[in-house]
Parts: sequence; structure tokens; C-alpha cells
Amino acid sequence: MRAVTPASSSPLLLARGVGVSLGGQVVLRDVNLALGPGEFVALVGPNGAGKSTLLRVVIGLLHPDTGTVRLFGADPAEFGERWRLGYVPQQPTLQSDVPATVEEVVAAGRLPRGRWWGRPGPADREAVTHALEAVRLVELRRRRIEELSGGQRQRAFIAKALASSPELLILDEPVAGIDAESQRHFRETVTHLVREHGGAVLLVSHELGAVAADLDRVVVLRQTVLYDGTPSGLIERGVSLGVHREDLPLWLEGLR
Amino acid sequence: MSILEPFRYQYMQLALAGGLVVGAVAPLIGVFLVHKRLSLMGDGIGHLAFAGVALGIVLNVYPVWTALAVAAAGAVGTELLRSRARTSGDLALAIFFYGGLAAGVVLAGLRGALNAGILAYLFGSILTMQPRDLWAIGAIGLVIVAAVAVFGRAMFATLVDEESARVAGIPVEGLNLLLSALTAVTIVASMRVVGVLLVAALMVLPVATSRLLARSFRGTLLGASAVGVASVVVGLVASSAWGLASGGTIVLVAGLAFAVVAVVAGRRRRPRPRDGAIP
Repeated sequence: MRAVTPASSSPLLLARGVGVSLGGQVVLRDVNLALGPGEFVALVGPNGAGKSTLLRVVIGLLHPDTGTVRLFGADPAEFGERWRLGYVPQQPTLQSDVPATVEEVVAAGRLPRGRWWGRPGPADREAVTHALEAVRLVELRRRRIEELSGGQRQRAFIAKALASSPELLILDEPVAGIDAESQRHFRETVTHLVREHGGAVLLVSHELGAVAADLDRVVVLRQTVLYDGTPSGLIERGVSLGVHREDLPLWLEGLR
Repeated sequence: MSILEPFRYQYMQLALAGGLVVGAVAPLIGVFLVHKRLSLMGDGIGHLAFAGVALGIVLNVYPVWTALAVAAAGAVGTELLRSRARTSGDLALAIFFYGGLAAGVVLAGLRGALNAGILAYLFGSILTMQPRDLWAIGAIGLVIVAAVAVFGRAMFATLVDEESARVAGIPVEGLNLLLSALTAVTIVASMRVVGVLLVAALMVLPVATSRLLARSFRGTLLGASAVGVASVVVGLVASSAWGLASGGTIVLVAGLAFAVVAVVAGRRRRPRPRDGAIP
């Protein structure tokens, strides 16, 4: 049995003493983070706090200078069962003009479930439909992805991450700059995943307004973890969720 | 005389069979290149294939095989340069490609082979195709179709979002190398039909046309292949009817198809002026 956080048994994600320097600058310093099954955790922090760097470390795209990272108990770079992890990058980079339908993009997320060189079967098609239903894009499945609005496109990429039926979903700034309707769909999708399927979600965001009420924990990062606890604990400290340095309400507050 | 009359002759049947294979498979690879913004990759590898042809002539080996070896090695080399070298990608590619062209010219000069024989490889002479050319083209065509059938979905996933593809455990580097190698193979396969200098056009133009018409990626693949086949057939008939250079005519037909479709599609998308608008 490995060391666990009080909130969870065997963690899906574990970072211990992670440090990263990029170009001589310390980006992360002694970062500790754990995420258990079924947990819904938000990672917040100002711009340049190292949030995206930490994400890249935990999903195995970047090797930390110090510390250890375990993804489902394994080294992220060597971890084999990739379907267990769903990842939605910040502003998914659909190479602007690849002609593809929404359904084709979502189906691409199903690849890690089988042998990626194999042909899709009925179970794969069903999973794709299910993922499209989860983000409410079934009617638009045959549309070209570039015809979708920014919010709809973001939902399509979330469906792509859901298509492998992951146990852990990691999202980088999923609600940045998307419309209110898509934000509401996003909240429904994520809470459904957590409540009905017992999936864990790690959400990196500037703004938690849409999901603040559903979170189990909030982790505040600035080079290192400044706070790791319940949203209510943060509110007790006088921090209003969904409002950060750059946001208008706090800025107005500072003018008084 | 019917326009089909020339196809009674064996050389025209060989030309048509080889052309159909190339017209079908070159755009399949082209779809991935165009959407990786590597539309000119085919042209560059064509220069390397030319060096390979010259090498074959010097060594007295069937030039298609030497072209295949040099182009494949060069394609893999350029992909490694592109992904690992610290110099800017396009500069590294240019050095590689012009080096290949220069080596080809020098090698061909050694044997005094810089003549009409080598021009057939540079500009294509589908009408002089031999049965063994057709076998080579057929084999290479099969390899390409099989590769796209097997790896196409994963290559599509890297086109959609390379970072997620890496996270999903798809071997992105390996697939990029495979694409480079397939590009080399496609170019060598197409060499006898339209020539190395024009083969890149046959990889790219049908794709440009198809992506204006298709809604899906699958549709784009199949459409590009269909436009490629149609360009070869129409180009071949036109070149034989009017005595035009076959390779150039095929590419001109592919270009014309793009122009027509671009104009028609553009007109269809442009909103019509509303009735009652101020005159």
C-alpha cells in the first residue's frame, strides 16, 4: 500500500516533491499533489504559475528535474494503459483546416482502447455515440468540425477525451472563452462523469464559477502548492471562487 | 476514330493501368502531407529520387529501385533533421533537397546519361512504360493502400491533435517517419507516369480539389483518389488525342479540375444578394 491522501484510497495520480526549471527559471518547486478515484479537483493559479507545466509533467510529456510522478501507479512516460487517461489540451489545436466530421474527431479519441492499428468495432461506435451524447452533440455528429462554434468545438474535444471511457479526465482551461450555454453543458458533462461513472476529474482553470459548487477540492498553485483543500475552506479564507487577479470584480474591489 | 481507339494498343493499356494506380494512391499520401503543411515535401523528395535514378544509370541497376532506396533514405533523413536538428526546418530541407538534385546532375554527367533517357524520369513518359514498371508500380501501390488502411486512423489522430495523440500513446514520431517513407515510395511509383518534377503536383492537386467537396476526412481521402484517377484518364486521353506530353497534360487536367471546383464551390458558398437590395 502506498502513501495516500486522506481523501482517497490508492491514488490515480500522485506527484511528490516535483520540481521543474525551464530555461534557468524555476517553474515548479516541491509540488505535492494526489488525486483519488471519483474526485473532482480544480487546479487554479495566476498566469505563469506553472499549471500547464504541472499538467505536462503528470501526463508524461515533460520529465521533472526532481521528484516523482505516478499515473495509475506507474511512471507516466512508461504507463501503458493510455485509455484510462482522457486529456483535453488548452484550445485543442485542430490543425485549422483538416476536413473532418465531429464524429471522426471523437472516434480518434477511441484509438487507445484497442490496438490503435485495428479496425473499430460495434463497441467503439457505441462509445463514440455515448461520448457525443454526453456533450450533447449527437445531432451535429456529421457536421464538419470547423462549422462548429468555439464552445461546440471544445465540447467535441471533450467528447474525444471521453470516447475511451477514461477513469481520469484532465482538462486544461476548458471553459476559457466559451459561451454560457457550452459552459452549462460542460458542467453537466463533468458532474455526470464524476457522479454516474465514478471518474476523477482534474480541471485547470482561471475561473471556477461554472463548477465551483461541484468541486471536492481546490488546489492553488504558484510555483508550489499554496492551498489544497475544500472549496469552503478557501471561501473561509475570504477568497471568492471564480474570481482571480485579472478578473473585473476583484480589480474593482482593489479600487476602493 | 473513337477516343478509345488508342487503348487497343498494349503500350496504352500499360500506360492506363500504371496511371490508374498512381492516380489512386499518390493523393492518399498527399492528404496527410497537405494537412501537415508539408505540401512541398513531395517536390523535395522528387529531387532526391532524381539522384537515385542517376545512381541507377551509373551503376547499371534498374533505376526505380535505386530511386526508391535513395528517396526513402533521404525522406527518413529529412524527417529526422526536421524533428531533431536545431537549424530551422525549411533550411535543413532545402540543403538536403538541392544537394540531391546536384548529386543527380553530377552522377548522370559521369555516364553522359544527362539525355533523353533521364528526361523520361524527370518529366514522365507513361507511354514507354514496360511490364516490369507496371509490376513495380502495382506492388508499391498495394503497400500504400495497406499502410493507409492500417495506420490511417492513427495518422489522422496526429493530424487532429498531435499532443493528445502523444498522450494517448500513439507513436507520433514513428508515424511521421512512416509518412516520409511512404512519400518516397509514392514518388518513385509515380515517377514513370508524370515524372519526379510533376509527381508532387499529383499528390497535392487532387487533395486541394477533394477538400473543397468532401465533408469528412474519409470522404476527402476517397475523393482525392477519385480525382487523381480521373485526372490520369482524362489527361492520358487528351495527350494521346492531341499529341501532348503525357505527364504535363495529366497535371494540367488535375489543376484545371481544381480551378473549376474552386470557382463553383466559391460561388455556391457566397451568399446571394438579397431581393430588394438597393440597386
